[in-house]
Amino acid sequence: MDQKYVLEVSGLTVSLPKNADRPNAVEDISFTVAPGEIVCVVGESGSGKSVTASAVMGLLPDALRPTGGRTLLEGEDTLKAEKSRLRDLRGTRMAMIFQEPMTALNPVTRVGEQIAEMLEIHTSMTAAERRSRAIETMDAVHLPDPEKMVDAFPHQLSGGQRQRIMIAMALVLDPALLIADEPTTALDVTTQAQILKLIKEMQERRGTGVLFITHDFGVVAEIADRIVVMQHGRIVEYGDRDDVLRRPKAPYTQMLMASVPSMTPPERSAKTGETAVEVKALNKVYGKTGWLSKQRIVHAVKDVDLMLRKGETLGIVGESGSGKSTVARCIARLIDPTSGSISLHGTEIATISQAQLRPHRRKVQIVFQDPYRSLNPRRTIGQSLIEAPVNFGMPEAQALQMARDLMELVGLSGDALERYPHQFSGGQRQRICIARALAVEPEVLIADEAVSALDVSVQAQVLKLLDDIRVKYNLAMLFITHDLRVAAQICDRLIVMQKGVIVEHGPTRKVYQEPQHPYTRLLLDAAPGQGMTFGAEIAPAAAQGN
Amino acid sequence: MASYLLRRVLATIPVMLLVALFIFLLLRLTPGDPATIIAGDFANERQIAEIRENLGLDKPIFSQFFVWLGNILQGDFGESFFYKKEVSELIAARLEPTLSLSLLTIVLTVAIAVPLGTLAAYKQGSWIDRGIMGFSVLGFSLPVFVIGYALIYVFSVQLGWLPVQGYQRIADGVGGWLYRLILPATALSVIFVAFIARMTRTSVLEVLGEDYVRTARAKGQTETRVLMRHALRNAAVPIVTVIGLSFAVLIGGVVVTESVFTIPGLGLLTVEAVLARDYPTIQAVILLFSFIYVLINLIIDVSYTLLDPRIRY
Repeated sequence: MDQKYVLEVSGLTVSLPKNADRPNAVEDISFTVAPGEIVCVVGESGSGKSVTASAVMGLLPDALRPTGGRTLLEGEDTLKAEKSRLRDLRGTRMAMIFQEPMTALNPVTRVGEQIAEMLEIHTSMTAAERRSRAIETMDAVHLPDPEKMVDAFPHQLSGGQRQRIMIAMALVLDPALLIADEPTTALDVTTQAQILKLIKEMQERRGTGVLFITHDFGVVAEIADRIVVMQHGRIVEYGDRDDVLRRPKAPYTQMLMASVPSMTPPERSAKTGETAVEVKALNKVYGKTGWLSKQRIVHAVKDVDLMLRKGETLGIVGESGSGKSTVARCIARLIDPTSGSISLHGTEIATISQAQLRPHRRKVQIVFQDPYRSLNPRRTIGQSLIEAPVNFGMPEAQALQMARDLMELVGLSGDALERYPHQFSGGQRQRICIARALAVEPEVLIADEAVSALDVSVQAQVLKLLDDIRVKYNLAMLFITHDLRVAAQICDRLIVMQKGVIVEHGPTRKVYQEPQHPYTRLLLDAAPGQGMTFGAEIAPAAAQGN
Repeated sequence: MASYLLRRVLATIPVMLLVALFIFLLLRLTPGDPATIIAGDFANERQIAEIRENLGLDKPIFSQFFVWLGNILQGDFGESFFYKKEVSELIAARLEPTLSLSLLTIVLTVAIAVPLGTLAAYKQGSWIDRGIMGFSVLGFSLPVFVIGYALIYVFSVQLGWLPVQGYQRIADGVGGWLYRLILPATALSVIFVAFIARMTRTSVLEVLGEDYVRTARAKGQTETRVLMRHALRNAAVPIVTVIGLSFAVLIGGVVVTESVFTIPGLGLLTVEAVLARDYPTIQAVILLFSFIYVLINLIIDVSYTLLDPRIRY
């Protein structure tokens, strides 16, 4: 290869349709990727980082048109390439892996065939050769027992295994450029660490140039050689990893990095409020034995005990399948526990009937992960906010006045009640969800991954809001998260769950500084970007107790 | 898979029993004495008593049901009052035209509707899409007899290319069979093409937005194969469902087409039997239609597990 760069993007501009909020999706983007180099493009949602990647691959949606610049792949401009030439280049010279390994693979085709399809398109190999090559490549990305797994369907594999399949597929023809669009965002932290390691290993062994798109500064610190920081479709900072991370020049980069929660929990005094929730020997078993059908039983939660005081934030951390959300849903009685006791201010709610439960419903409220899907799109914010209080007997006028006050409390205008959810940003919607939870004056607020879908700068603001509310209303808060940085900053005490069981429990600072259980240590070690110090403490109010 | 199949087949037994019970009661619960109804307006007491004894109507109703059921299981549906022939023979003779017409219609429908729907989805918003959807609305709104007579007028009366009516057994030559069936099958298929093309468009559109379609394009796959191999395969479950249900509706719907084109099938038999109050024949035809419905539903359910490996029962 006589080219100095595998990818050279210069002056790339992609215009948006006429009625969009800005004229261009990306504007005047220039950067390079050398062979064997990992360049991270980092930015928040709407920064144009994915548009840049799609433009290089020629995969832009029809509504977006490149109007200027060049994207040179080994010297050949992919913006000007014919459709058939682009198809030839994809897979052979440039390949892409995506965020959701769950949905990026065709669910009805065997994974081996999906890898082999790449060879079918671009080579003249026979079916047998394709299959053995697929197995070889699966072996290279360290998939267990590839001889057997080659015939598996995607849903039979774990998230990490699926992403390895994607990587195997992308690398099977040894492309010069690998574009990875948030490849670890949907994965658990320990899986993320393994996939990052794999991408690095593949890139070093094959000398592939990698364009790595992410919003996570921890991941950037872990993997990048050079960094491109994007905001509103423009590059605001571009340089070597250490320059950007240790001496960020652009105010936006500085702000982003300051918003990343620190892994070091602040000192907190133990809360002494009265007990709000007490859970004893909670069990949740899914599945039952049917007539002639195979037994499929999942013990989602096993003998969980926990206690939560008024004015206290208790965190439950764990990976997917750990049972942390199931515990939360049992406490809110959104699902019925199989056995055990849940006491809410001394009232047993684990076993009482739905009718008896009704008056207790308002005492426990949940804020969910996805603010896009937890508000009914056909109802105004006002209608959503007053629904619960009116159900519990509040006159409508009074409920509306309260809704207006709550909107102001969460930092939005009280006049916005007439508007619909789609007119708000993700962060604003999550504020509305918090306001809705507060509308029935709960005693316990459950935040189930409530900040996980938000951009880091918005995340910091919403965390601050949650903490302020906890102090103001002396709420007992149960905070479910997979993000150890967030947990470090907001929780007084922490529970670590693995496969339905509590493996560790203690004051947050103690758990981080002296983890007792090997799994806790594994989780803490897997958090990306350990070497970097990020951010300030999110909730200084918390440190002073209540 | 085998256990699922077994369970599904066993589950159809109570359904069919229930259907049989209803059909049995249909005759027994008709106002008046069935024997009198069967005997007709001009029968004397002795004839009625004879019929009552022949049908076992003097026995308790439950044992009557089981006798009737036992006969049916042996293929004995009784004797037609009107044709004075075994009902099973009567149906066997009429089954071929109906099945021929239904099958040809569904094959024609699928061959036209699925590509049209896929094309409309792929070219969403274009004039091709709007044209196909416009045709779809039109096809929906025209009753089958209007289309049938219009086709007869153009192709048979004016152009003289195709026969006006009639049926030729497949055993007497596939050419002649097809020659006589093509017009009725086309008339019958219009509404189903409209329906299935629309359904295909909707489910392919949904699937085209999926991540794995983008993955397939990122691999450098051609658009045709992206559509066939990745989009259509994943959109198949709802499409197959409506194809199956359409087939079931189709068999019931041939009554009108068979009348328009004078095809001696089950539809025409049903009309004649109802007009003649030929109860054994009506019972047998209803039972047969129900059985075909249940069978088609069974096939649809089983096909899900073949189309989508994630579906397991």
